[in-house]
Amino acid sequence: MTSPSLEFEDLEVDFPTKDGIVRAVRGVSCSLESGQVLGIVGESGSGKSVTALAAMGLLPRNAIVRGSVRFKGRELLGLKEKEYSDVRGTGIGMIFQDPMTSLNPVYSIGWQIAEAVRAHQSVSKEEALLEAVRLLKTVGIPNPEDRVTDYPHEFSGGMRQRVVIAIAMANNPDVILADEPTTALDVTVQAQVLASLKLALTETHAALLLITHDLGVIAGLADRVLVMYAGRSVEMGSVDDIFYRPAMPYTHGLLGSLPRLDSDGSERLRPIPGSPPANAGEHQGCPFAPRCPRRAAICEEQEPELTLVPGPEGAEPHRAACHFAEEVSQAEPGKLFAISSGDPEAGPVR
Amino acid sequence: MPDDTSLSEAETTGSQEVGQHSLPMPPPGGHLSPLDEHGMTGDAKSQARIVLGRFFHQRLAVIGVCTFATLGVSALLVGIFWTYSYTDITNNLNTPPSWSDPFGTNSIGSDMFSLVMHGTIKDIQIALLVAAMATLVGSTIGAVAGFYRGWVDSLLMRLVDLILVVPILAVLIVLAHIVAKQANNWFFLAIIIGALSWTYVARLVRADFLSLRERDFVEASRALGASNTRLIVRHMLPNAIGPILVNATITVAQSIVLESTLSFLGLGIQAPDVSLGLLVSQGQDSATTEWWLFVFPVVFLVILILSIFLMGDGLREAFDPKKVKTRA
Amino acid sequence: MLAYVSRRLLVSVVVLLLATILVFLLVANSGDPLALLKTNPHISPLVVAAREHLLHLNDPLYQRYWIWFSHAIRGDLGTSITGQNVASEATSHLFVTMRMVILATVIAIFLAVFVGMYAAVHQDRFSDHAATLANFLFLAAPTFVIGLLLKEFVAIPVNQHLGHTLFYTNGEQSPTLSGPFLSRLPDYAAHTVLPTLTLVLVSYSSWAIYQRSSMLETLDNDYVRMARAKGLSPRRVLIRHVLRNALIPVVTVVALDFAAVLGGALVTEIVFGWQGLGQWFFTGVTDLDVNIVLAFLLITATFVILFNLLADILYAFLDPRIRYA
Repeated sequence: MTSPSLEFEDLEVDFPTKDGIVRAVRGVSCSLESGQVLGIVGESGSGKSVTALAAMGLLPRNAIVRGSVRFKGRELLGLKEKEYSDVRGTGIGMIFQDPMTSLNPVYSIGWQIAEAVRAHQSVSKEEALLEAVRLLKTVGIPNPEDRVTDYPHEFSGGMRQRVVIAIAMANNPDVILADEPTTALDVTVQAQVLASLKLALTETHAALLLITHDLGVIAGLADRVLVMYAGRSVEMGSVDDIFYRPAMPYTHGLLGSLPRLDSDGSERLRPIPGSPPANAGEHQGCPFAPRCPRRAAICEEQEPELTLVPGPEGAEPHRAACHFAEEVSQAEPGKLFAISSGDPEAGPVR
Repeated sequence: MPDDTSLSEAETTGSQEVGQHSLPMPPPGGHLSPLDEHGMTGDAKSQARIVLGRFFHQRLAVIGVCTFATLGVSALLVGIFWTYSYTDITNNLNTPPSWSDPFGTNSIGSDMFSLVMHGTIKDIQIALLVAAMATLVGSTIGAVAGFYRGWVDSLLMRLVDLILVVPILAVLIVLAHIVAKQANNWFFLAIIIGALSWTYVARLVRADFLSLRERDFVEASRALGASNTRLIVRHMLPNAIGPILVNATITVAQSIVLESTLSFLGLGIQAPDVSLGLLVSQGQDSATTEWWLFVFPVVFLVILILSIFLMGDGLREAFDPKKVKTRA
Repeated sequence: MLAYVSRRLLVSVVVLLLATILVFLLVANSGDPLALLKTNPHISPLVVAAREHLLHLNDPLYQRYWIWFSHAIRGDLGTSITGQNVASEATSHLFVTMRMVILATVIAIFLAVFVGMYAAVHQDRFSDHAATLANFLFLAAPTFVIGLLLKEFVAIPVNQHLGHTLFYTNGEQSPTLSGPFLSRLPDYAAHTVLPTLTLVLVSYSSWAIYQRSSMLETLDNDYVRMARAKGLSPRRVLIRHVLRNALIPVVTVVALDFAAVLGGALVTEIVFGWQGLGQWFFTGVTDLDVNIVLAFLLITATFVILFNLLADILYAFLDPRIRYA
């Protein structure tokens, strides 16, 4: 059996701060098979970006990382900066959230793509620039021959993000990590950028780790989904499992706060009341309990482990971290939460 | 015609670091003082507490404050209680440090300890006066230029250019040569140094005001009918207080550098009055023989200036903390 | 760009003209430059009168300024009160000063960039704290203090220890120096080391502090993380992405600091007895020699204006986002 492209095992990330240790990721395990698209969803601060940065070795120097991250069976944690350079770019490409700041303002677009090409392939500068033009064409930049000499500030946000995609795919990586690739963009541009991302996947056959809080993006791209809350994976399963048989109240909450085109319009959104805990490592019990409509006494005392949720015959394993996973998975997706009066601070209805 | 936005950007970035020993400051607009974040709703007292808290969390800044306070207080006490006054002349000529004269005596038998302490007081006195003047004048001019823009701004900024076109020290030498003969000239010295030291804070405040006047809370106050004076004094100046205070502290240090240099050149404080620069100048020829005549004033001068720079840097850090890199 | 440069130059020339008028009034009003000559019983009043006439001392101020101005724009800076041609004096002093200033500035820039970069890369470690403390120490020490310390506690002990003079502490060259250029070099070097070092130490410190914070700010940028994610070598990320961007504000700061460097050179020249522009100017001020003071003003102000302009041009050159229309 071949090892998965990218594999996380019990990943933990702590940040020491003046006010004590912040536990950003608390034991995440998941794997990304080659050619697959794995979506990670969760609110901001749930640890999803930190998970991706840990794989790239790009966390701040003070971060304490434990567990294991393996790329094609090779352990990545603890690699020296120099050793990392033959994983970054060639093995794993990365797309960052904000295209306005992720390109160096003083170099031309072509220079920056060519630099990525030349970092891993022994080609001349001219050849690298030609490759840059080709990549720009692939991701859908019009007139790539002219635009290749332009600087980032002469590009729009959507175009810059496509340039970032071009850089991420420049060396045919096996895995692309996309950290909220469309969040900073206009809604109208998001679809174009996602289309470019799909083209990049088709060309490189790379596996994609797609981090987002946008379930719509997940629905359109992902094969499997990992839901994160307060630094832990709280549910993992196929797209169908997550969207039609969610077994964790938090996932229900996410679905309920999503506007649906197929509803008759009379339905109201059901936001999750309250906000995620500031530092989940500090208190015991399920971190979602304070916001949960299905909360029971056990939730306050014991943090649930990821356990298998029974599902249809032959389906991929579907796991959730909830004491009442089986019961919750029977509820109608998105309807677990009461329709609130729109007051985000209102507590759950008992 | 030059494109005004790019021009003013170049001017503001450029305007920062002119002057003797300028301490690095972040570009105006790039920093967010804690008052900014909360606009007008911020409670000034609690903001001050936050800033002070951040200030006292830095080891070097705390060292700076303690050193400066110790120097100032002990110099004052020595002036009152020490056996010798700096004007006393004794028969102990050029004696090395001893219990009765911890810093030794000079060639006319004066006690170096009281001389150095009196010089320290004089330096602080001049520097505080300079910083107060420069900050007042500079903030006013910068505020007016940044608030009214247009020809007022151009005129005032050309005045700044006029001062900055020659090394400040050179202009000071010309001016100091004129006031050097005045009796009790420390006051005049402070005035001429102050008259040339306000440009930096003026450019700083101007740049701040140029961005502040576009901010929502200023627009809102204007819409509510606040007068220009009220807008400037009550709404905009408090938001620029961080850079102003930091700069005032640095001006204190820089004016000690300038004053001691002038005194060293013979154009500053004149005997029988005392400043550290003058003492260094008098002691330089005996640096390797009667070392105490040279080393003590030098050490006190450098420590005095250093402690103030450390305070200034600590203040800058407290008003403009670097983003703490925790969650990515 | 050209329009912008010429507009800036025009404004600067007006500012410079105003500065000369102000300084002229200041110096010309502050006393009689020939007072000492007049008290000397061995010099006849006739000679003094002739000198007064030559220097136009009896003419009204506006006329004297006009005489100076109309000559100055043709490159004639008048005569000093001792009867020397100011323009040619200024040129020879300028070369002496520039020898020190250019060398010191170049060394200080490299030192500042290196120290600032090193401290930033090792942020919060011991080496960073040590470098930062050293930077602040040199920032706090006035020029004359550094100069005197080098003179008294470096040059003199070293020379005594070696038994011959390795470091000269007075003058820019030995007075008897002659011979072909190459054979004079060691003498120049022995005179130049300590003054240049003084100017390097007073100049580099604020730039190094600035370079460090600029590096730290740049290190925080997303594009640096992106560069690392591309799989570039750490060295390439540091030089081509961090340093390249961190240098933009530093370069302009250095160019704008040129006036301060000239101020530092003035003190250094006095401490080390160099016959440079600063020393010459200082004597000019104490002698109330208005032509010398104005010549110094013209020369330094021209350099400052040119460096300010250079700062703008470099800024636009280094940052493609800046364009002067």
